[in-house]
Amino acid sequence: METTIIENNTDYEVRSLDAMCVNESQLQHKWYHSLKYLFTGIFFGILLVKSEVASWFRIQEMFRLQSFHMYGVIGSAVVVGAISVWLIKRFKIKTVYGEKIEFSSRKFNKGQVYGGLIFGCGWAITGACPGPLYALIGSGATVIVVMLLSAMAGTWVYGKFRNKLPH
Amino acid sequence: MLSLLQQPWPWYIAGPLIGLTVPLLLILGNKTFGISSSLRHMCAAIIPSGISYFKYDWKKESWNLFFVAGIIVGGYLAGTLLSNPDPIVVNPRLAENLSGFGIYRYDGTVPADIFSWQQLFTIRGLVMIVGGGFLVGFGTRYAGGCTSGHSIMGLSTLQWPSLAATICFMAGGFFVSNLILPYILAL
Repeated sequence: METTIIENNTDYEVRSLDAMCVNESQLQHKWYHSLKYLFTGIFFGILLVKSEVASWFRIQEMFRLQSFHMYGVIGSAVVVGAISVWLIKRFKIKTVYGEKIEFSSRKFNKGQVYGGLIFGCGWAITGACPGPLYALIGSGATVIVVMLLSAMAGTWVYGKFRNKLPH
Repeated sequence: MLSLLQQPWPWYIAGPLIGLTVPLLLILGNKTFGISSSLRHMCAAIIPSGISYFKYDWKKESWNLFFVAGIIVGGYLAGTLLSNPDPIVVNPRLAENLSGFGIYRYDGTVPADIFSWQQLFTIRGLVMIVGGGFLVGFGTRYAGGCTSGHSIMGLSTLQWPSLAATICFMAGGFFVSNLILPYILAL
């Protein structure tokens, strides 16, 4: 079975939206099945704060080449992620529901360049990518709620003008 | 044990654990690791405004909203139970540079001299909190992913478009942090 992707799919975090999966999961789950993602999120949120990757100072050190820390975190995360993905493919590991694990391939478009540069600028100013925004709010930095709302506004404006932007 | 967990976690512990989030989400339910798409789902849920980009069944992607809700809870636990009692230790060159812009506080999870409710009503705070947040939301969706979606999930699956995106994240960050931020911090 082939997985076909509509040409205008540029959002590779959201698979089931623009991607038409012929063999899309037919499993229907009650809401409480999603609680396992809540717990995964708790684990990840603790990691973001305790590893200090959510720290504005660590981000500045990274972009000014004043510390190895962020490079170590991202580099080792990618190595572990890549080995895990290789193992999943090699041993055809299935999900807890017994489904085949799917990987969609990504196509290059100019959005990755323009959008990437714009996000990089924002990352250097805020010291936070989207994950840390949530973690920082939880950690008690309530003003970051304003930053999150502004990020939502940015997402909305992108959606509004998407067809006029070069991709 | 608790005091050990309260210390900052070294990169060689935290990095591999962050990497394990990739197979964890895949095995739990075929989910692609990526956080910035939660912003799209929230737009779709709250303010779709008839825009085609936000017209989809966001409830089918609600796992992602459970995941980010968990991140908030995780941040709370890390900021209370596991909170580091000492200020963050940064490179002295950075601290010296920042002191020139009136940034002295290293306690808490964000620099209170920039990101606080009082600072929100200053030009500098407004530009950095509202302007910076806007760029993060706009840029990540334009790029089709963020640090988690492209730099970790994308690179783990050896997708070269994600490498291009990651290089651009870094290029934008290097440019702003070194050449533009000094002007913004001086506001």
